[in-house]
Amino acid sequence: MQTLGLAPWLVGLPLAGAAVLLLGGRRTDRWGHWLGVLASTAAFAVGLVLLADVLRLPADERVAVHSLGTWLEVGTLQVDAAFRVDPLSLTFVLLVTFVGTLIHLYSVAYMAHDVDRRRFFAYLNLFVAAMLLLVLADSYLLLFVGWEGVGVASFLLIGFWDHRRENAVAGKKAFVMNRVGDMGLIVAMMLMLWQVGSLSFGDVLGAAGGMSTGVATAIGLMLLLAACGKSAQFPLQAWLGDAMAGPTPVSALIHAATMVTAGVYLLVRSAPVLEAAPTAQLVVAVVGAVTLLFGAVVGCAKDDIKKALAASTMSQIGYMMLAAGLGPIGYAFAIFHLVTHGFFKAGLFLGAGSVMHAMDDSVDMRRFGGLGRALPVTAVTMGLGWLAILGVPPFSGYWSKDKIIEAAFVGEGWRPWVFGTVALVGAGITAFYMSRLFFMTFAGRRRWESEGEGARHPHEAPFLMRLPMIVLAVGSVALGGLLTLGGGFTTWLEPVVGHAEHHDPVLPVWLIITLTLVLVVLGAALAFRLYAVQQVPVEPPASNALVRAARRDLYQDPVNETLAMLPGQVATRTLVYADRTVVDSAFLRLASGVRRAGDGLRRSQNGYVRSYAATTLGGLLVVAAVVWALAY
Amino acid sequence: MIDFVAPTIDWAAVSPVLVVLAAGVLGVLLEALVPARARRSVQLVLTLGALAGALVAVALLWGRVQEAALSVVGGSYLLTPFGLGVQAVVVVCALLGVLVVADRPGGQDAFAPTAAAVPGSTYEEQARRAGLEQTEVYPLVLFATGGMMLFPATDDLVMLFIALEVLSLPLYVLCATARRRRLLSQEAAAKYFLLGSFASALLIFGVALLYGFAGSVRLGAIAEALAGQGASPLAGMDVLALAGVLLVVAGLLFKVGAAPFHAWTPDVYTGAPTPVTGFMAACTKAAAVGALVRFLFTLAEGMDAGTRHGVEVVLWTVALLTMVVGTVVGVVQTDIKRVLAYSSIAHAGFVLVALVGFSETGAAAVLFYLLAYGLATVGAFAVVTVVRERLTTPVPDAEHGAASAASDTLLGEATHLAQWAGVGRKAPWLTAAFALFLLSMAGIPLTAGFIAKFGAFSAAVDAGAWPLAVAGVVASAVAVFFYVRVIVLMVLTPPADELVPDGGAPDGGAPEAAGTDAGPDAGAAAHAVGGGAPTGTLTAAPAATRTVVTVVTTPGPAALVVALCAAGVLLLGLLPASVLDLAGQAAKFVP
Amino acid sequence: MTNPYVPVLVLMAVAAVLALGGVAASAVIGPKRYNRAKLEAYECGIQPTPQATGGGRLPVKYYLVAMTFIVFDIEVVFLYPWAVSFAWLAGFGLVAMLVFLALITVPFVYEWRRGGFDWV
Repeated sequence: MQTLGLAPWLVGLPLAGAAVLLLGGRRTDRWGHWLGVLASTAAFAVGLVLLADVLRLPADERVAVHSLGTWLEVGTLQVDAAFRVDPLSLTFVLLVTFVGTLIHLYSVAYMAHDVDRRRFFAYLNLFVAAMLLLVLADSYLLLFVGWEGVGVASFLLIGFWDHRRENAVAGKKAFVMNRVGDMGLIVAMMLMLWQVGSLSFGDVLGAAGGMSTGVATAIGLMLLLAACGKSAQFPLQAWLGDAMAGPTPVSALIHAATMVTAGVYLLVRSAPVLEAAPTAQLVVAVVGAVTLLFGAVVGCAKDDIKKALAASTMSQIGYMMLAAGLGPIGYAFAIFHLVTHGFFKAGLFLGAGSVMHAMDDSVDMRRFGGLGRALPVTAVTMGLGWLAILGVPPFSGYWSKDKIIEAAFVGEGWRPWVFGTVALVGAGITAFYMSRLFFMTFAGRRRWESEGEGARHPHEAPFLMRLPMIVLAVGSVALGGLLTLGGGFTTWLEPVVGHAEHHDPVLPVWLIITLTLVLVVLGAALAFRLYAVQQVPVEPPASNALVRAARRDLYQDPVNETLAMLPGQVATRTLVYADRTVVDSAFLRLASGVRRAGDGLRRSQNGYVRSYAATTLGGLLVVAAVVWALAY
Repeated sequence: MIDFVAPTIDWAAVSPVLVVLAAGVLGVLLEALVPARARRSVQLVLTLGALAGALVAVALLWGRVQEAALSVVGGSYLLTPFGLGVQAVVVVCALLGVLVVADRPGGQDAFAPTAAAVPGSTYEEQARRAGLEQTEVYPLVLFATGGMMLFPATDDLVMLFIALEVLSLPLYVLCATARRRRLLSQEAAAKYFLLGSFASALLIFGVALLYGFAGSVRLGAIAEALAGQGASPLAGMDVLALAGVLLVVAGLLFKVGAAPFHAWTPDVYTGAPTPVTGFMAACTKAAAVGALVRFLFTLAEGMDAGTRHGVEVVLWTVALLTMVVGTVVGVVQTDIKRVLAYSSIAHAGFVLVALVGFSETGAAAVLFYLLAYGLATVGAFAVVTVVRERLTTPVPDAEHGAASAASDTLLGEATHLAQWAGVGRKAPWLTAAFALFLLSMAGIPLTAGFIAKFGAFSAAVDAGAWPLAVAGVVASAVAVFFYVRVIVLMVLTPPADELVPDGGAPDGGAPEAAGTDAGPDAGAAAHAVGGGAPTGTLTAAPAATRTVVTVVTTPGPAALVVALCAAGVLLLGLLPASVLDLAGQAAKFVP
Repeated sequence: MTNPYVPVLVLMAVAAVLALGGVAASAVIGPKRYNRAKLEAYECGIQPTPQATGGGRLPVKYYLVAMTFIVFDIEVVFLYPWAVSFAWLAGFGLVAMLVFLALITVPFVYEWRRGGFDWV
């Protein structure tokens, strides 16, 4: 490949943009945002050049690695700063840079009145650079650098409006929960190091077949833990909803289109490891299925338009995880759905941003309604995204989601029935909550004041915001069909994920498609009846236990607190308590035994130093006892 | 009578230590002969020059040591590549540390005008008014540095003990010299001294046992005796040897600050003047870990499987315990210096993880870790020194007129976490650097800390100690919580510039602080804050409300240190190859 | 052959018995008449003077005396054996001792210049 040397520029350009904007300070305020757009566009152009080059090659020569030299050497381990350009990474590169550029454009207008717009663009560029590093890396270690990089960028962007306390808390929550996932990735790397002695994709994935099932399962599960953290999958999903506190373009780029799909990327990239570990693979599918339903149920109850979309993202990534857990038959569809989802979900988020822009940053859908007339462009673009996510043919979502549902029905025993049914039911619920969102916002009677105090004057967003929405809407309509033509996308990914044998689902394909469409129509119709025809109460009505649970994210926070934070806090308190009471008081009691002799001594000394000395001596004795017990 | 044969001494090999110690002696003379006005600048030039000279000497020796270890006076001083590597780390961190020591935010350095004065006495007040400065800190730092450089470069247990004392005694004194919170500082010094003596006693007792076992204090001879080759009358009494090893290791681990020998760390780090804390945290740890490596790696060669297993058990237990204590207790701290102290304890655990295999890879990882940790620590404490409280006292209009309605006094460091809220807005670059140090300590990629942790854990995995590595990963994940908490506080929380009634710390923190394990010195701290406030103007001021706000002082040498450390942390994170290469060279034939 | 460390063990036991026994015996059989003087420092009935402000500290002069003492004490400790074997150590010993004396003079000079000997 002649243009392979361009790969580092993909990371370098946005990184340089971020550096100039951050170091330039206020001097770059005037033109900084355009520099950001330029850096992202340039990266996209480089991606296109690489794509053109790759397309000219025959399928088996499309995987190339470009090394910049040794990055670090620890003992026998050597890690290169190497970039891997292959169909999978290129797909991501194009998705990230294209959607990224559009969102940069959108942000120029959306953040126009923010004094810190330049800083915002610096962070956006930083994010793009880190994300590209993540997908282009040729080793788990370098991937991890990008992995943490997107985490840091996400942390900075969620907390961008740092004067709001909830943002600060949300940013921290996202960061900390992500660290739980990162721990999985580090442990997985440790295991690879131990088993393979290398961290490059080529070595590890090549050796995956030869690993014992136990090791492969352990690595697979740890990778899954990492993916769960990054992709907001059950049980590490709690941060995504809170992350919506950040600016809307951030939600569109990071928490819908790109970063949250990194987990899916990781699993598809590590496919050989998962294949060597059927148990891990099954767990991946189960996690996907659970999250799919979890997100869908939560999505039905949210009145905050962004949180409803976040729940939907969670659920759609659940579909991708499910597909990734199905084995070779699902990898291509997981990535395919990831791409189409990137378009329509980003479009939906930008639409939501446009609605918020029109409604003075209100996000409560119960106070929307009848906005279709006031915001025609937004309504149409969001409508197209809505049809795409519903999976209505011939919109994008149909081509990708329907394939996943079909793939879920393939297999033997109980699995196809369970996974298939979940995917099918999920599609129905998706239709319900997305229609609910759409109708509550654009249809029905308006539930906002147009006069008097708290009056709203909805108006369409400026052109710079409308343009990306329109482009993404066009993508939501056509992308799925275009990529499916002649099996195009699956063939394109074959050099990476391998060729999938065709298997027949346990139900005939036509029946699956029909069932899906029937459920989708039912869901949409129900939503239409409830939220477009009937009057939507402005205050959320008291409802049954399930709805209340769903409103509270199915009690994820209390559960997390009980399971994760409580033991830590208890342990901490115990240690502190023990240090103060047990150690001290034990010593005091010892002293009271020889009080007569010790009284004068004790008064002349600082009791606490003594307790420290006691700790030291006691510790020494304990260590000695341990040695004695274990060594002899 | 046998003719006396004068030993030939390889002066070049001793030169790094010699330069530093000689400069220390010279410093004492300067203290006596140079007029007070010029003392500080002269001392500073001498100290920086000596440390730079030592660094040059280390660099010149590097190639020579690669060929063969240099033994002076029969091994009393033994310069191995590893020892030289540790010396390099110590000198670099000491250089940076001295710059922080030299910083004078608001025209006052961090040290008491006369440390010997009784806190709150009129004599102290007079000294303060006269603008006296305790420039003895510079020679003291030099002596401590000299001891630290000697610590990992000896083959002789008695010399090891002497080095320990040479590095410890100046530190005890330095701890007592804080300008503010005098009582807390003196209490810290007393604690450090008592517990340090206790640890020294353990160490020397261990040395005695080992001498009894092997009939020699040379590490090489003891290793031979352990292997059963020596002429020891007690060959075979491995329990005695193991007890000796255990005691010496305990003495060294005390200096490293590993649990259960860590109890002094939080109190001493909090009480000592912050520049000294930074110096102490980075350099002492490096030197003590170096000595530990030197001691254990040499003896491990001679140990049979059983004894070696015993030592490994010790390391495992201590490493686990240290990581748990450091991270778990660190989470509940409310004082920035205590947070950093517990972080330093946790880091001791991570370093020990790399040691368990007694392998070259492990030694290289240790060296890199020490450098990465040292840079981040010196930098972080340097940041702490410049985040200060300012006392704004309204002055009655009658005396000064309306124009000077308020007078500002710069107080001590704002160490309570609540006071760090919103610092990010006042000093974005400083905050960015501090965040970088914390992220490096947390082991986030692209910082030195990540490469260091990665090296340490993979060395453990190499040695088959993967459960320890996994525990390390978990501990570092938990530790992230308290680092991120500080960053969030600085960047995302609005500053709480509150009105405070007379003579107290900001209200928010006090009950919380009492709830943590600050217990023992809480009383002293309250006393120091309340009664020992150092300024005369304070008592003379009208009893009006005073605002205590967190201010970031103007840049001085400390700012330079912050910048240098940040650059180092980033460079080591991005392009670690050359330094890893050096660490690898230094780890060859470790003992 | 008995273990060569047995005598050491016996010695340690004797030391322990003596030390602990002494404390225990005085606690058990000693008369216990507490009064003000008994509770004061040194139990000698004389007020330690002068009492520093803030309480209980010894005057700084005390440390100066200690320091001076150490300077000369250490000097003598090394000088005496050196003098005894001066002939044997020859030139090397002389140079080494001169260096040592120079070093030991440094704290002396420091103390002198800092007014440690201004005995007022």
